[in-house]
Amino acid sequence: MSDILKSSIGRKIAMAISAFFLMFFILQHFAINILSVLDPNLFNEVSHFMGTNPLVQFVLQPILIFGVIFHFAMGFILEFKNKSSRSVSYAKNNGNANSSWMSRNMIYSGGFILVFLVIHFIDFWIPELNIKYVVGDSSGLLEDGSGYRYFEELQHKFVPLWRVALYCIGFVFLSLHLLHGFNSAFQSIGANNKYTNSLKGFGKAYSILIPLGFIIIALFHHLNH
Amino acid sequence: MNLTLQIWRQESAKVKGKIVEYPVQDISPDMSFLEMLDILNVRLITDGDTPVAFDHDCREGICGSCSLYINGEAHGPDRRVTTCQLHMRKFKDGDTIFIEPFRADAFPVIKDLIVDRSAFDRIQHAGGFISVNTSGNTQDGNSIPISKHDADQAMDAATCIGCGACVASCKNSSAMLFVGAKVSQYALLPQGQIEATDRVQNMVSQMDLEGFGNCTNTGACEVECPKGISLENIARMNRELIKASIKS
Amino acid sequence: MKDKKITYSLNYRKPKSEYKLSDELTICLRYYHKCDKTNKTKIIKKSTGIKCKLQDWDTDWHKSSSRNPIKDSDSNYKKKNRLILNKIKEFDFKDLAKKSSTNKSKKKLESHVPDGPLADKWTNHKNNINLVNPANKRQIDVIVIGTGLAGGSAAATLAELGYNVKAFCFQDSPRRAHSIAAQGGINAAKNYQGDGDSTYRLFYDTVKGGDYRSREANVHRLAEVSTNIIDQCVAQGVPFARDYGGLLDNRSFGGVLVSRTFYAKGQTGQQLLLGAYSAMNRQIGRGKIKMYNRHEMLDVVVVDGKARGIIARNLVTGEIERHSAHAVVLGSGGYGNVFYLSTNAMGSNVTAAWKAHKRGAYFANPCYTQIHPTCIPVSGDHQSKLTLMSESLRNDGRIWVPKNLDDAKAIQKRQLKPTDLTEDKRDYFLERRYPAFGNLVPRDVASRAAKERCDAGFGVNKTGEAVFLDFAAAIIRYGKEKAHVKGLNEDDQTLIQILGKEVVKSKYGNLFQMYEKIVDENPYETPMMIYPAVHYTMGGVWVDYNLQTTIPGLYAIGEANFSEHGANRLGASALMQGLADGYFVLPYTIGNYLSKDIRTGPISTESVEFEEAEAKVKSEIEHFINNKGTKPVDYFHKRLGKIMWNKCGMARNEKELREAIEEISILRDEFYKDVRVPGSANEFNEELAKAGRVADFLELGELFAKDALVREESAGGHFREEHQTAEGEAQRRKEFQFVSAWEYKGAPKDAELHKEELVYENIEVKERSYK
Repeated sequence: MSDILKSSIGRKIAMAISAFFLMFFILQHFAINILSVLDPNLFNEVSHFMGTNPLVQFVLQPILIFGVIFHFAMGFILEFKNKSSRSVSYAKNNGNANSSWMSRNMIYSGGFILVFLVIHFIDFWIPELNIKYVVGDSSGLLEDGSGYRYFEELQHKFVPLWRVALYCIGFVFLSLHLLHGFNSAFQSIGANNKYTNSLKGFGKAYSILIPLGFIIIALFHHLNH
Repeated sequence: MNLTLQIWRQESAKVKGKIVEYPVQDISPDMSFLEMLDILNVRLITDGDTPVAFDHDCREGICGSCSLYINGEAHGPDRRVTTCQLHMRKFKDGDTIFIEPFRADAFPVIKDLIVDRSAFDRIQHAGGFISVNTSGNTQDGNSIPISKHDADQAMDAATCIGCGACVASCKNSSAMLFVGAKVSQYALLPQGQIEATDRVQNMVSQMDLEGFGNCTNTGACEVECPKGISLENIARMNRELIKASIKS
Repeated sequence: MKDKKITYSLNYRKPKSEYKLSDELTICLRYYHKCDKTNKTKIIKKSTGIKCKLQDWDTDWHKSSSRNPIKDSDSNYKKKNRLILNKIKEFDFKDLAKKSSTNKSKKKLESHVPDGPLADKWTNHKNNINLVNPANKRQIDVIVIGTGLAGGSAAATLAELGYNVKAFCFQDSPRRAHSIAAQGGINAAKNYQGDGDSTYRLFYDTVKGGDYRSREANVHRLAEVSTNIIDQCVAQGVPFARDYGGLLDNRSFGGVLVSRTFYAKGQTGQQLLLGAYSAMNRQIGRGKIKMYNRHEMLDVVVVDGKARGIIARNLVTGEIERHSAHAVVLGSGGYGNVFYLSTNAMGSNVTAAWKAHKRGAYFANPCYTQIHPTCIPVSGDHQSKLTLMSESLRNDGRIWVPKNLDDAKAIQKRQLKPTDLTEDKRDYFLERRYPAFGNLVPRDVASRAAKERCDAGFGVNKTGEAVFLDFAAAIIRYGKEKAHVKGLNEDDQTLIQILGKEVVKSKYGNLFQMYEKIVDENPYETPMMIYPAVHYTMGGVWVDYNLQTTIPGLYAIGEANFSEHGANRLGASALMQGLADGYFVLPYTIGNYLSKDIRTGPISTESVEFEEAEAKVKSEIEHFINNKGTKPVDYFHKRLGKIMWNKCGMARNEKELREAIEEISILRDEFYKDVRVPGSANEFNEELAKAGRVADFLELGELFAKDALVREESAGGHFREEHQTAEGEAQRRKEFQFVSAWEYKGAPKDAELHKEELVYENIEVKERSYK
């Protein structure tokens, strides 16, 4: 069993499993974020729960971090290996004839998502860690104590246009990444059967609707500030 | 038709190659692509040049010898054909055609457009068989019924001609479609079950040793495969490997 | 020693490098003499029984005046040298030479068919064969040339038995041998369908189909082992077609009355070859087969009258290599490419078989060639090869040409479409001439009938060399059936067309698609055009019942030999024969020969014979490279093909055959003078490889024509215009009921004919009639 991670297929399966985890996480992230549009109070409560629950903070969060790092690291390692298995490239290559742009450029869409994630972490996650674990304020309240701070902070972040634009582009890349990645992950773990066609439809919907949702959230807050 | 060919010339594995331009005239649309190259070669020989070396044998799309990356696609722009079955009517007068060898580090160039595909053979040596000796008293062919569905699926996997178009088309030079087809053929038949665990593990590890890239499921191989081998075979191989890893 | 015809040598038993200087070796004498009859230099080798240490052997003995082979470092050198001189006197070499040449000429063609009733011959023979014990098998090397169905299956089985096998193929992988292109299927007398099939019936059909020109005992053995083949292949994982009950499915083929053909879609040859290849892979993985891909055999090495190795060229590096073995097996396929255009692969060649012939193996029945009726016609001068359409198409397609010459002319000029001609203006010539079998007459008959119509000017493509194969009637018939089954309106023409085309597509879809890719016409809408093409050669290296050629230790299997198909091969029998030879016959019979070789030890490649063979190969290669002529190899090959097709093709006559012999001989001279081979010998050089192959075709072609000239009868694939019935049918002659086995004597036209009479004890020789 331990050998499997050394084999090319094993790595590919590991990529798929981390991808499933990340896709589930994105879904969950979206579900919470959309609350900020529908019901700011509920959003605040759920955010507070997620930010203070020890199970989430000390078990799920490390797993998530590991998943993110693993997916990126393995992605880069595999890409390096794949690139190096053809040292002389074609003078003329017509990739569009047999495969989608998304499938051939996962490393670029993934790379941009990484850049986006770094900014995203600087925007939200690092300040969170700072408040909770450096400053030591786990109350989740605004400075004046008039209520939870989460919704206010969120809205505040989406004031500058440049950030909104960056987020939108980030989500476009996420969508492109998912458009190939969603079904690719299923194929990697060996799921190719009579359900594959329906799954492809679902994958497409997921890959477009979720990032689109995130974009709408960002625009909503930018416009409703 | 008059065409401009841009052909990869490389004297041997040891020296660097380059693209060389050759114009050809009076090409009939009824010619096969290789017959067009034959005509070029006759001219080159008569002019005292070295003819372009390319692999070919049966010229009816079954031996898997012919290769060629034509205008950026393995076996050229037509679908479900090998290069030897590609006809010049697929091109227009005045076209420029790029002709390159199948490229992958696991397929080193021997000369010009000829590559060494023996890596495929070595993968098969590692497990592409069922261990049964020839004795003359093997059990009767009908003693194990096989459902028509499974037999047909095994047949579909077995139609692979081992040409290497999957590797050539794959941006990662991955050989998964080839190995997947081979693993699938045996995985689908009852005869293949006994050695299934070792087979998939040995074949995959040999594939990795040969230096093929990894699969990222772009699906280019399936599109360019002259025999239409399905991606399902790769998925089946992945399943087989998971099964094998759990078992062993 | 004054006589310079005598030389000394050491009797090496393994490669030179494996000896130590202190090892003692026996000194041998060799006597070179010219055989009066063949004018060839022969060697008589005799052991003196005197030994010396390697360090005392004077390699330069011939340079010294005394010509003493043992140096003075040997304490007994004077005595030994004297004894050797005495030995020379003792052996009266001149007398021995005389005896050897008279012995040779008396050599009779012995088929070694075992005694006893036909059905028991093979079993009895197997029981009486000498076996080699497993430990000894490890000491024995066997070379297998070619990795198609015959060579591949033989290599795998020999390795399974424990022999050390070296397998050679010119392709880049054994899996690409041309057996892969066989479409239809493989026959076996399994009688799964319960339609009365039996070993005897398969035997009978094969002998009759071969026009009573095959060896009875071999054919019966083939029929016997046919069932084992299916079992073996199923066990290997060959995905044969299955029916809905999960059992093996069968289809029927031309010339027989039962369904005994097993198939794997339209790719039976491929699947069977992959089965044999997988068996080889297992042995390659175990190290029992050493595989030499991209290697071409260029000569057989005969030592002391036995085949002991080969000279091969590494096609990638150009290196000439010596390989030794205790026996050599040729599974190198047929020689259809002597016609240039054929359904054979571009690389298929006769070189291995021909070189063996030149070394003493008789070549049998070269003129028996199968011309397959359903091939895609030639489209122009650029054509490099022909594509076969499966025989199964004749089950539903109707073959016709226009009845009137004017209509034919108009169709040739494309002024008229075939669909414009009404029924009364069409000539369904096979149905007209052979009402009983109609479009399903055997291949030779169908091909000749098409040629007859085209020669009379009724051909239907621009060159006038094609006939129509029409599915319109089948589409309507199937469409009506389908409409009836579905309860739809049987008079609705558009509906019937749609339904009918669906059925035809399900049966022949891949063939129709292939046709459309090549010809660019839709065969569902307009009739296909077909024309006969060279497909298979029944002739080949002569072998006895054990598949041994006239050179001891040299075996020939599959299409490379001649024995089972007589003058015409039935569909789906080539695969059967290749695998029967390789899996079930050769591995047993070769043991009989090898059992005498268990003490021989490894064969050295340092002998004079290897040197001579290598030098010969190298000098031919040098000739080609240095020739600097003006024309490429293909130019000569195409011209040879034209001569063969026009004068030794589907119909032959004395005048043209004589012309062919002359023309080929002239063309051969021209070839050697004017061929241009670019590049060098020490690199990948396809033109060089082609030149060697065409050189051999140019010799074989001449023998082919001579064989056809001598065979003054019509039988199967061989049709002599002088010998036909009033209705234009083939006329066999009793006095030609023999195998023509040709012995090489210098020029091909000087070959000497040996006859193996064919005796039919279990079958009545009848007139073949399909009317």
